[in-house]
Amino acid sequence: MIVGLYNYWIVVILMMIGFYIVIAQGNLIKKIAGLIIFQTSVFIFYISIGKVDGATAPILADQFSQYSNPLPHVLILTAIVVGIATTALGLALIVRIKEAYGSIEEDEIQEKDNQEC
Amino acid sequence: MLLCVAVAIVRMKDLLAVVMLLGVYGLLSASFFVTMDAVDVAFTEASVGAGISTVLMLTTIAMTGRNESAPPYKHLLALVLVVMTGALLVYGTMDMPYFGFAEAPANLHVAPRYIQDSMAEVGVPNLVTAVLASYRGFDTFGEVMVIFTAGLGVLALLGLAKPPKDGDAEIDLLHDKLHEQHLVLRVVCKMLIPFILLFALYVQFHGDFGPGGGFQAGVIFAAAIILYGMLFGLSTARRVINQPLVLLLSGIGAMLYGMVGVVSMLKGGDFLDYSVLLSDPIAGQHLGILLIELGVGITVASVMVIIFFNFAGRIEYLQRKRSRDKQG
Repeated sequence: MIVGLYNYWIVVILMMIGFYIVIAQGNLIKKIAGLIIFQTSVFIFYISIGKVDGATAPILADQFSQYSNPLPHVLILTAIVVGIATTALGLALIVRIKEAYGSIEEDEIQEKDNQEC
Repeated sequence: MLLCVAVAIVRMKDLLAVVMLLGVYGLLSASFFVTMDAVDVAFTEASVGAGISTVLMLTTIAMTGRNESAPPYKHLLALVLVVMTGALLVYGTMDMPYFGFAEAPANLHVAPRYIQDSMAEVGVPNLVTAVLASYRGFDTFGEVMVIFTAGLGVLALLGLAKPPKDGDAEIDLLHDKLHEQHLVLRVVCKMLIPFILLFALYVQFHGDFGPGGGFQAGVIFAAAIILYGMLFGLSTARRVINQPLVLLLSGIGAMLYGMVGVVSMLKGGDFLDYSVLLSDPIAGQHLGILLIELGVGITVASVMVIIFFNFAGRIEYLQRKRSRDKQG
């Protein structure tokens, strides 16, 4: 059944919501929020690929024989922490932009740049 | 649920509400990961997505203002582009294996080896830890370096928050007064913080057997310190936590990881091949995993603390600058 692909569709919708925020909204903090949503959709994509029906969490124990795929878990676990570190870097940049330009709206920053030229 | 929250984030104009919704979003995706059997990931996402990232966003909007002023422009074009990309991606999923299908290519490549042989090769029941620290140790080393570099980047951008001088006692007093208002929070958190720290250590050293490991432990540990900093004021937190030491620790953690690799090379193995560390390969693996997880934990915790202190210190710096401008 084609409905068996629903996990990918949810991922695509979430990803597009994040993408839309990034390209259509001018506020820099909103853009970071969009990037976080985009990023989470990729996490969900990986984790849902690793899910196996009827399997359990990948911690070995005698009473279980089927485990979910541990590899996507590893990749995403580290990606989450790296993600927050890079998000913090982005936020730090926004703080400095606000100090330098007095605004965090994309078009106002652009205007100030044009005036200086 | 996730979708509803995401749509709400798009529509919100108030940035504070956006940040709060992002926290909810993080918690929801964490619970989603639990249902997907990814307990380690859920652990991390709960502490990062619902905890630290919310705090950082809040400190940022405290500095930049909470209202989004510009009306969204290029509305239609963006929407068309997004819908088209989405449609193409959905078309692309038609060839993908079904959800939960055990024979999917992703589950047939290296995963069976991890599941069947890792007990004999690494001897750690938590497969995620085994893969993270041993099979993909090289990759994880890179990730730790990225986190370390991001910490340095924040430091370079926001500057080391210098401890306030005596002349600024006025502002400190104001802060302390502000913080005294939350008496209930302070008392409850004072009791909770030791347990949070203890839990972080448990997660750190029990990561071989249950869900947990250096990344999660580091984030939880940092969360406890950030909680302390938020409730008792930055000046108090600075007195408790030595800034240069934290900075040094973040480097030491990363170096500990690299050193384990170098030592295993000197012992005649490959870089980060722990089997040669001790005469018994399994014991060597255990030792190696313990050490590098410790390195990861130290680096992650101290980088998170550095990031928080620099953000909060920046607010203080701006406030002081403003009050000085008024006086001058």
